[in-house]
Amino acid sequence: MTDMTQTQVRERIEARLASRHRKEKIFRGFGIASIAFGVLAVLVLFTDIISKGASAFVQSQIQLQVNYDPAELGIDKVDGESLAWANFDGVIRSALRERFPDVTGRRDKRELYSLVSNGAGFNLRERLESNPALLGQSEIVWVNADDDVDTYVKSLSKSAEGFLGRTSEQKAAWIRQLRESGELEKRFNTTFFTNGDSREPEQAGIRAALVGSLLTLLVTLALSFPIGVAAAIYLEEFAPKNRWTDLIEVNINNLAAVPSIVFGLLGLAIFINFFEMPRSAPLVGGLVLTLMTLPTIIISSRASLKSVPPSIREAAMGMGASRMQVVLHHVLPLAMPGMLTGAIIGMAQALGETAPLLMIGMVAFIVDVPHGITDPSTVLPVQIFLWADSPERAFVERTSAAIMVLLAVLITMNTCAVWLRKKLERRW
Amino acid sequence: MQTPTLFALLLLLILVAYGTGFSRAIAAARSRGGIRSLASLPSYYGVHTALWCGLPALILLGTWLAFDDAIIRALVMGGIADKPASISGQNLLYAQIQNLAAGNQLGEITPQLQAAAAHLTSLRQNGQYMQTALILILSAGLGAFALLRITPELRAREKVEKVLRAVLLTCACAAIFTTVGILMSVLLESIRFFHAVPVTEFLFGLHWSPQMAMRADQVGSSGAFGAVPLFTGTLMVSAIAMFVAVPVGLMSAIYLAEYAGKKVRAVAKPMIEILAGVPTVVYGFFAALTVAPFIRDLAQSVGLEASSESALAAGLVMGVMIIPFVSSLSDDVINAVPQSLRDGALGLGSTKSETVRKVVIPAALPGIVGGVLLAVSRAIGETMIVVMAAGLAANLTANPLESVTTVTVQIVTLLVGDQEFDSPKTLAAFALGLMLFISTLILNFIALHVVKKYREQYD
Repeated sequence: MTDMTQTQVRERIEARLASRHRKEKIFRGFGIASIAFGVLAVLVLFTDIISKGASAFVQSQIQLQVNYDPAELGIDKVDGESLAWANFDGVIRSALRERFPDVTGRRDKRELYSLVSNGAGFNLRERLESNPALLGQSEIVWVNADDDVDTYVKSLSKSAEGFLGRTSEQKAAWIRQLRESGELEKRFNTTFFTNGDSREPEQAGIRAALVGSLLTLLVTLALSFPIGVAAAIYLEEFAPKNRWTDLIEVNINNLAAVPSIVFGLLGLAIFINFFEMPRSAPLVGGLVLTLMTLPTIIISSRASLKSVPPSIREAAMGMGASRMQVVLHHVLPLAMPGMLTGAIIGMAQALGETAPLLMIGMVAFIVDVPHGITDPSTVLPVQIFLWADSPERAFVERTSAAIMVLLAVLITMNTCAVWLRKKLERRW
Repeated sequence: MQTPTLFALLLLLILVAYGTGFSRAIAAARSRGGIRSLASLPSYYGVHTALWCGLPALILLGTWLAFDDAIIRALVMGGIADKPASISGQNLLYAQIQNLAAGNQLGEITPQLQAAAAHLTSLRQNGQYMQTALILILSAGLGAFALLRITPELRAREKVEKVLRAVLLTCACAAIFTTVGILMSVLLESIRFFHAVPVTEFLFGLHWSPQMAMRADQVGSSGAFGAVPLFTGTLMVSAIAMFVAVPVGLMSAIYLAEYAGKKVRAVAKPMIEILAGVPTVVYGFFAALTVAPFIRDLAQSVGLEASSESALAAGLVMGVMIIPFVSSLSDDVINAVPQSLRDGALGLGSTKSETVRKVVIPAALPGIVGGVLLAVSRAIGETMIVVMAAGLAANLTANPLESVTTVTVQIVTLLVGDQEFDSPKTLAAFALGLMLFISTLILNFIALHVVKKYREQYD
């Protein structure tokens, strides 16, 4: 090196320059590729879910001319007891027979009856219950088609021959005939939003799961927000610097990273086994999620307490307020927006959580909408998990639709949090 | 009185206590020349009275509700002469008694059962009376005591603040209670499990099939609890996930921090962070229905045999889930590297990528390693993706196209559904939970320590 002339050095540097610049470009390219991969993953995930689930918001319905014939129903007046026994399925069957009079033979008839969802009888019952004057009358109603029919009809829009699956050629012919005469239409799927879970895809809905999620979140919010804020206030404003406080801090940081399923084990062993609380209840689910979201809420509340400038505290102290008064009257109101934002983000996290709720029995097959926090219920993510396991093809689109609803709620919550932060944030 | 009614009554009492405390303080001050002679504001006297009236009664009510069932059960079961020795037998007997007391006559009813049911009903009845009486007397008595103590000299504010501070401290200790609760629940059940299955067999056994025999002569139901296949399965899925997440997350963090302009950053960063907000069950669905079939078809088209529940699919999707986690943690530490280091390197003539590779990354390395360790602990504990996309069969394999099972999958399959609490099958889930808790705890501890150490370095 020592006896190299300046030109020699320059030559050596310039010789390597091209390869160094190439390396720079490659490195940069890797960076761009990584970002592109991340963005692509988001796009693929969302388009996949939306393309699978969008069709679940419509449902094939069949128009029937039903006759509430008292003889066919087997009742002579409309009251609770007779409605429970009435043969609404028979009314639907005769309506179908009237529409297709040339169908004979037991097997063909059974095939014909299976065009319509076997929950259609309930719809007729509800109509008759709300309007008893219909007894003996005849009216035109739209009833849900069976899920196989629905799947076939929806697949027709993608390809000319469609996906037959379990549908027979004969049934497909009937469906085409009904479609041409306008007696089979795809209409907005209200069932999906008004019903609970069901084994039959065309009758399955997310209402029970939504209510269950809401109740669980209410319990979580009612417990975790006050406890989290109180803990943050103590640690940030009152705690002396000692071993005990250090222990609490280490604990909070560790709990924030403990896998959620471990909280489920805790809930199972302590709340259900030891305290004998009811299984599958939003109360227990809420308790478990409270423990899980507490670290998040404590950490974000502490951050927002920290951002309140000390001058506020000093001014209040100077006016003769006690430390508790300083905190409760001055610091807390100023830190509240940040705490609320943290709480919304914690709630969004709790809403999407599934694993710990499986442990405490919220996976049961529950049809009824829960009325209180001790009723057995399920939550939206668990409902998604259950439907994803179901073999029926029609459940795939319903699962995706439920995911769309869940993601919509989560995006709304997060947008709210961002908006709240922008709106209420104060720069000191 | 039913508990909700009692609770409502108690709240009413507390309100009344606040009101009377408030007005009594003003009345006491009147003879001394008005409110200014009081040691605290009148509202503090009100709160002071309300706290005396409500707090002990509420604590008593809570304790009562937590333990009354267990005590009643112990009393009822204690009154039965010849009870079954096993726990499940006792549970069954108690359930029978409860049913009988509720008026459902199922199965054979012996006079002994009848007597026990009557005992249960009367205990419940008496318990309810006692609860109502005790709580109302306690609340009213302490409220009256506090009312009588109100004088202008009473330092009500200080007393109230002391209680508030104690409440705040209790809330702060919730984290400790939770940790203790987790340890207790997992550890106690695990110890019971290790009584039935030796620790060495669990940790080093190569065969996992937790089904227990219902009958002695049943086929294929030996009940083997060798957890090694689960550990290797977990490691494989996590390794695949990290293989995706670490390079992509790290490179995107570097690009965002060092290269990207403001506009790109403002769009790309939230986009990638969306991935963090998607619930895991959605990833599971995506992995099981889209990625796994895609990988199977892809493998078949190049002539490889792939399971439709391959470890690769679960690992890939899990990696995508962890990308934002790695990238935001690395972003933080890269931004924390002082600008002077970069300026020095650039001034010496190195290119931007050389600055990043030879100066920024080594300086940020401890923080990045900490972040990656946190990401690993997250991958190990991730449940829904593997439950939905990985298999159930415990294969000891190194082929990522085969199906493997993980610790979390087994915990879920062992515990979902009806279970009895004294079979090794159920308890095994808790032993697995203990392993999971310990390993993530160690990882987190090291990671937090490393990150904290590093942060101090440049502050």
